[in-house]
Amino acid sequence: MSEVERLLQGALVPVEPSEALSTRLERRLSELTDAAVEELAEFDSRALRDPRRWARLVAAGVVAGTAGGALVVVRARQKQRRREARGLRALQKGMREVTTDVRNRLGR
Amino acid sequence: MADKTSQKSKAQLDAEFSDLYRAHLRDVYSYAYYRVGDHHDAEDLTEQTFLQAYRHFERAQAESQGRPLRPWLIRIVHNLAANYHRDRSRRPQTNLEDAAIISAPHGTEELVEEREELTAVLSGVAGLPDDRREALIMRFAIGMDNREIARALGRSEGATKVLIHRAIRQLEERLAEREGVRNERG
Repeated sequence: MSEVERLLQGALVPVEPSEALSTRLERRLSELTDAAVEELAEFDSRALRDPRRWARLVAAGVVAGTAGGALVVVRARQKQRRREARGLRALQKGMREVTTDVRNRLGR
Repeated sequence: MADKTSQKSKAQLDAEFSDLYRAHLRDVYSYAYYRVGDHHDAEDLTEQTFLQAYRHFERAQAESQGRPLRPWLIRIVHNLAANYHRDRSRRPQTNLEDAAIISAPHGTEELVEEREELTAVLSGVAGLPDDRREALIMRFAIGMDNREIARALGRSEGATKVLIHRAIRQLEERLAEREGVRNERG
């Protein structure tokens, strides 16, 4: 290793990210989840009877699933934030209920 | 390979993304920091990088054919950093020099000279052409090898080796010039 390479190794050291960064990431992912929940809340019983809006409902479910998965990623680093995991379970439960409701209305 | 990836469950994909995130959060953050020279903006870029990576993770896995995904992640933050500078119409020279605070020891008079030396190195790196500076950050701040850097920059391995060699040589010349000027003054 040359002298310049040694100097570069001393100057360009890896930088540790702050704990605040993972918290911010978690918040952003939570926002995605919230957006999906709001999307689902828009659907009233009339909307559920309108086949043109079923695709939108399914899309909202996909977003919710994706955001939920992303939350799992962050929680791998911050397992202590279990209260948000409960929120995710509630969201999943809500999704299951909506799905069941759709199926019932479709007579499946 | 694509079929195998498509058969993965969402839980598997999430677990693998989680591993990627944990393994390379520091790499992404370090690269972002040395590109923008500011912790706040580096955090923003890191955040955007992982959100973007999560959206495209499944496809990236399928296309990587089993190769490590670190170059893909660094390419994302690399592109975001380029957008950052384009949006703000500013170059990172001054910011990169400020980054000496991270690496330079301080507090004692004996270390002042070493601090100046590190500042000179960072200043020299900041003054290099963009591609040379970026390659040096990947090599020394993140520890990427030629193959990884080549993938991140979208170049051949041979071209990357030449790029790094020229970057080091140019920096060496600049530091020598600087030392010459200092000696003349002293």
